[in-house]
Amino acid sequence: MEFLTALVAGVLFGSGLLLSRMCDPQRVLGFLDVAGHWNPALAFTMGGAILVAAPAFLFVRKRHVTLLGKTAELPDWFKVNASLVAGSAVFGIGWGLSGICPGPALLLLAGGSVQSFVFVGGVVVGFLVLRAIPGLKRA
Amino acid sequence: MTVDLWKALLGGMLIGAGAAALLLLNGRIAGISGIFENTVTGAIGAQGWRLAFLIGLVLPAAILGLGPIVFAQGLPLLALSGLLVGFGTRLGGGCTSGHGVCGLANLSPRSLLATLTFMTVAVAVVFVVRHGAFFWNS
Repeated sequence: MEFLTALVAGVLFGSGLLLSRMCDPQRVLGFLDVAGHWNPALAFTMGGAILVAAPAFLFVRKRHVTLLGKTAELPDWFKVNASLVAGSAVFGIGWGLSGICPGPALLLLAGGSVQSFVFVGGVVVGFLVLRAIPGLKRA
Repeated sequence: MTVDLWKALLGGMLIGAGAAALLLLNGRIAGISGIFENTVTGAIGAQGWRLAFLIGLVLPAAILGLGPIVFAQGLPLLALSGLLVGFGTRLGGGCTSGHGVCGLANLSPRSLLATLTFMTVAVAVVFVVRHGAFFWNS
C-alpha cells in the first residue's frame, strides 16, 4: 500500500512538471532572467502547487496523522542555521547556470540524452562530496 | 491569461496534488533532492516508497515523451551545475520541491528563507551569464 500511494503521488507530481513544461531548462531560465524576456510561468506553477498542497499541510500539522492513520510529523519551522543559507546559495548557483533542479533532472533522464545523465551524475557526485566532508552540519 | 500560463498553473496544481497525496497517504514530504539522495546513497532498505515515488515521477515523461528540451550548457558546465545542485540542496536541506513547494505550503519561515536565497542567487547568476558582458562593457 505504501508503495502504491507513493507511486500515485509521483505520477501526479511528474505529470505536473511535464504539463507545466518545467522540465525544459529554457522555461526555468526564462523566469530567472528578470532583465530579459521575462516568462512568469514558473510563478504560476509554484503558486498553483502551494495553493493545492497547503490544506494537506494544515491537516497534518493539526492532526499529526495521515488519512490512513499513520503518525506523521512535519519538519521544524524555525530551524535556521548557516548551512540552510549556504546550501541554498550553492544550489542557486547550479540552478541558475543550468536551469535544472532535482525533479526536472530526473524527468530529463526519460529522454535518454547524454546531457541528462551527465547532470544527474553530477548531482550524485555532489551528494557524495557532501558526505565526504567531515563535521559539516546539514541544515 | 494565455493557454501557456493556464498549463503552467494546472501543472503546478498537479504538483501540489502529488505533494498533498504523499503527505496525506504516506506522511512524507515530497522533497525530491532528499528522496533521491536516500534512494541512491541511503542504506539498503531505505529505498522502498522512495523508489516507487521516483518511478512514478519519471513515468509520465517516459510514456508521453519530454517534448522539446534545450539545454543551456555544454557537458562540462552541466556536470558542474549538477554537482552544485546535489551538494547545495542536501547541505541546505531541500530544493524547489522540498523548500519551495512543501515548505511554503507549510508556511515555514525556514523554507521561505531557503527559497528566497536560492531564487535570488539563481537570478543573479542568470543575470551575469546572460547580461554580464553588456553590464561590464557599458
